[in-house]
Amino acid sequence: MANHTVTFPITDPQEILKLRAGDEVTVQGHIIGIRDRTQIRIFDQGIEPPMDIAGAFLLHTAPNVRKLGPGKYEKICIGTTTSARMVRFTEGLGSQYGVRAICGKGGFPDEAIEPMQRLGMVYFAIVGGAAALETTQIEEIEEVAWEELMPECLWKFRVKDFGPLTVGIDAHGNSLYHDVQAAANVKLKEIFARF
Amino acid sequence: MTSVITDLQGTVEDAAAQLYVSALKDIPQDLRDALAAARLRETSVPGKRVLETIHRNVNIADNEKNLVCQDTGIAVYHCRVGEGFPLHPARIYEGLRTGTARATVEHPLRSNAVHTITRENTGPNIGYRLPIVHWEFISDWDGLDVKCVPKGSGSENMSFLKMCIPADGVNGIKRFVLESIVGAGGKPCPPGIVGVGIGGSADYAMHLAKEAIMRPIGTRNADPLVAELEDELYGLLNETGIGPMGLGGDVTVLQCHIEHADTHMTLNPVAVNYQCWAARRASAHISAAGDIVYDREA
Repeated sequence: MANHTVTFPITDPQEILKLRAGDEVTVQGHIIGIRDRTQIRIFDQGIEPPMDIAGAFLLHTAPNVRKLGPGKYEKICIGTTTSARMVRFTEGLGSQYGVRAICGKGGFPDEAIEPMQRLGMVYFAIVGGAAALETTQIEEIEEVAWEELMPECLWKFRVKDFGPLTVGIDAHGNSLYHDVQAAANVKLKEIFARF
Repeated sequence: MTSVITDLQGTVEDAAAQLYVSALKDIPQDLRDALAAARLRETSVPGKRVLETIHRNVNIADNEKNLVCQDTGIAVYHCRVGEGFPLHPARIYEGLRTGTARATVEHPLRSNAVHTITRENTGPNIGYRLPIVHWEFISDWDGLDVKCVPKGSGSENMSFLKMCIPADGVNGIKRFVLESIVGAGGKPCPPGIVGVGIGGSADYAMHLAKEAIMRPIGTRNADPLVAELEDELYGLLNETGIGPMGLGGDVTVLQCHIEHADTHMTLNPVAVNYQCWAARRASAHISAAGDIVYDREA
């Protein structure tokens, strides 16, 4: 299990192929905050996002912020939400917009494995609930779009040493979540046999 | 009489405002101890990474006086009302409601409350039937205990109910709890507290499961048969290997708490309510005279 530092947005897709399920990753550069309503707007309502997300790292979030002025927000507490609700957007994010990484908590179900492999994407696991730490790693909220969806807007954050993240699903067809579930189901059979 | 009511309602409001924010920032000592023990016990690489990160996060929340988790949750309170407490529960509820709203606006905290059909925000963490209050009424006492448990949605979404049949027995209960927690995987932010409600009716079993997650970590049910089941399920749940944040490991749960009620001879309900690792709770005792004492252990 290797350690990597990756800067986003990435321009070279090979960077994603270096990452293997279980590896530890620290992220630099810019990341994009996105959530349920943001993606419903893009994909179900067919509205183009007003930010370039090619090569991007997307974070499943809805931050606590304080408004400073028009379009300008100060962070209060920024954390990460459960990803599984948003798995159906994976294919479109990769094929239509060139997104390279999706980060959230709790993992994606197995339906994400095939599109992530085909499109060269990864899923990063963050520690859910560790928002106090995450907030210190977000240097600034640089842009916000679709403020009417507050707090489920489209956010652009500048980050420093964002992590540690764990590669939950890699671009080679491996998923820690799949492996852990499979092993747990075998274990359950053993436990039930004891009853 | 009116001024007494007004003052006490204001006291309840002050307590609620304080409890909501302190629950979100300062997690209880029993939880800190359980997380520290988990960190020592975990052997998987991703699991250790998660528990180390949780440890760093709790320290940063303390030092920066920030929220432990960004999900300010749905405000849930548990009230123990003495029969002699000189404020009617209708007024206690108003105090909890305005206190929740005040804390949300003044801090400010993220407001999560929405209309369940339109999904439009309904106010500063208040709305129709929000906050949610569990009531308990106590004879021969004139005090009020208030416990605030902001309940995050990631773990609340991992709630499960099964109407087992009597022939399923206790093994049916155990199977359902184990299958629920394995199925939940990393989504409810493990390792947390598995609350189980057994008996009563369908709705009451879930109510009891929520009461179970509000208890200090590792407390045991007063009924020895139920306490034995708590011990057994705690051990079995940690055999599943789901691990911290579902990335695989030794520590899947910090505890399993069970609350029970007697039930119909034909019923065997079992409800599961999960509380994430950031198992936030804060309590206060309010006297009939309006003195507030905050309690980090209750």
